[in-house]
This record gives sequence, structure tokens and C-alpha cells, in this order.
Amino acid sequence: MNPSRKRMFLKGMRDGIPISLGYFAVAIALGIAAREAGMTPWQATLSSLLLNASAGEYVGFTLIAANSSYIEVIVMEAVANARYLLMSCALSQKLSSKTSMLHRLLIGTVVTDEIFGISIARPEKLEPFYTYGAILVAVPGWALGTLLGVVLGSVLPGRAVSALSVSLFGMFIAIFIPPARRNRVVGGLVLISFAASFAFGRIPFLAQISSGIRTIILTVVISLAAAILFPVKEDKTDAA
Amino acid sequence: MQHNVYLYIACMALITYLIRVLPLTLIRRDIRNRTIRSFLYYVPYVTLAVMTFPAIMESTQSLWSGLLALLVGIVLAWFGRGLIVVSVCCCATVFLTELALDYIPFLAGL
Repeated sequence: MNPSRKRMFLKGMRDGIPISLGYFAVAIALGIAAREAGMTPWQATLSSLLLNASAGEYVGFTLIAANSSYIEVIVMEAVANARYLLMSCALSQKLSSKTSMLHRLLIGTVVTDEIFGISIARPEKLEPFYTYGAILVAVPGWALGTLLGVVLGSVLPGRAVSALSVSLFGMFIAIFIPPARRNRVVGGLVLISFAASFAFGRIPFLAQISSGIRTIILTVVISLAAAILFPVKEDKTDAA
Repeated sequence: MQHNVYLYIACMALITYLIRVLPLTLIRRDIRNRTIRSFLYYVPYVTLAVMTFPAIMESTQSLWSGLLALLVGIVLAWFGRGLIVVSVCCCATVFLTELALDYIPFLAGL
């Protein structure tokens, strides 16, 4: 591996540590759900290794428990994970157009909220090895947490799980606040997003909509409005 | 009809992978359209902000510890602290706040 790739790989591994810890905590809850759905520790861990999707797996487990049809599972899975389609579109612009097909196929295995977040936050075009480093550290945390959740149920004291569960949000904050400070439009969008997301969960009819769909609707509406009202100058979007 | 769990998992994994990999493989060139470029520039920040609040308050045992962690995270990130520092400080904030709430009866009533 050439030196700059190696450096980015190691940087990715370092940035993957808080993700891994957060995943570990969240996955315990997921493992408990898998156990209740009647899945074996191996089946639940396999799901986590192959999917790396919290809402997607949770929905899947409940459908499996209900002995649903395969078609139902596929449709619901597409709905629960639709936000990744949006993230991958944004990520496609973060890759150099010279990035090979193999790298594209590999990065596509683990586009999660968090891996996407740190990848998009890189100041330059994305070096795939940065993402690989993060994936290599983060995914074992996710899989181990799931395994532990199935095997031991709630093994950690509630307070520790509660504390760990905000680690992922802490990372999100570290990603969107610096650009919000530099760019007034982004700053305003963050506040609007907070307010809209809060309101969406409380308005009687809208509150019924699942959080995955809520994220998609709000992201599309707010980002599109901003793109029309405040188009970004050409050079700036490269840094997105 | 009894279904096979491994087939279920295969269905889930396949559709999830397709959703993630199709844009990455199909959109191979830089998009020129200014509105689409701007849209994709804003998407990450909006989507992360939407997912953070109010979910951060609902993920913790107490609403207050989550809210405090949010404020601590924003202040630290505003002053340029990196991912790990912000993340660990948010966790510590929740832990200490919930500890305090347990041991100070007055606060627990809030």
C-alpha cells in the first residue's frame, strides 16, 4: 500500500473507533430484538455483518417473527433503507471520477449514516481506503454488539447503554457544526432541520410516519428548497 | 408456509446492498447541473441534523441528559474539536448528568 493510502487507512480506523463504540451499544438493543424474533445468535450476527443497518434490520426481524412473505421483507427493507440511496448519490460526487468500479462496489457495502457522515466530511475527494479503515473498525463493533444482545440480553447496566447511545449523535454534531459555523446557509439549515424534525414527530398525523421516511422527506424538502434559493458557487460543492 | 431464515437474510442483504451501490456505480461522472450539485451539497448536513434532533433526547434515559449532551457537543464542535473528543464528551455528559439526577432528588423531580 502506498504511504498516503496507508495514512488515510489508519486515519479511517481512528475515526472508526467512536463509531464502533456507538454501534456496539445500539446493536445490543438490536440483538435483543433479534432474540425476541426467535433468531439464533449466528443468524442475528450474520444479518448485522451483511446489512449494517439498524432500522433495516429491526424491521426485518419483526417481519421474520411474523412469518411474512419474502416480497414483503424486500419492500419494507427498501423503504427502511431508502435514505441510503440519497446518501450514496451525494457520496458518488465525493469520489473522483477516476475511482475504479471495484472501489465503488466495495464502498457500497457499508454506506451507513455514520460511515457516510465521516466520509463526506473529508476536506478533499474521498480516498476509498479512509472509508475501508473506518468500516474495518466499525463493523466488528456492530456485529459483536448484536451477538451480545442475543446471547446475554441486557448485559450492560442501563446507564452505560444510555451514555454510549449518544456517541453516534456526538459524531453527527462534530460533522455538521463546523460547516454551519463557516457557512451561514448551512447554519440556518441545521436550525430549520432541528425544528422541522421536532415538529414532525409531534404533529398528530405526521407523527405516525416512521423515522426513516421522516428523514427522507425532510432531507429532500429542505435540501431542495435550499438548493433553489441558495445555489452554491461551483468551487464550493467540491468540498461537500 | 414456513420460510427459511437464511433466505430472509439474503433478501434483506441484497436489497440493502443494491440501494447503496447503485448510485455509486451508476453516477460515475461529476454532475454539472448547479441545482443538483447544490442539493447534494446540502443533503449530508440536513440529513444528519434531522437525525440528531430530537432523537438524541429520546435515546437517553433522561430527556435532560440528551439535551445537555447536544449543547456540549455543539459548543465543542463549534470551537473545532474533532470527532472523537466531541463524541466522548457527549457520552460523559449523559453519564454524569444521569448520575447526578439519581443522587440529587431535587433534580430528579424536574
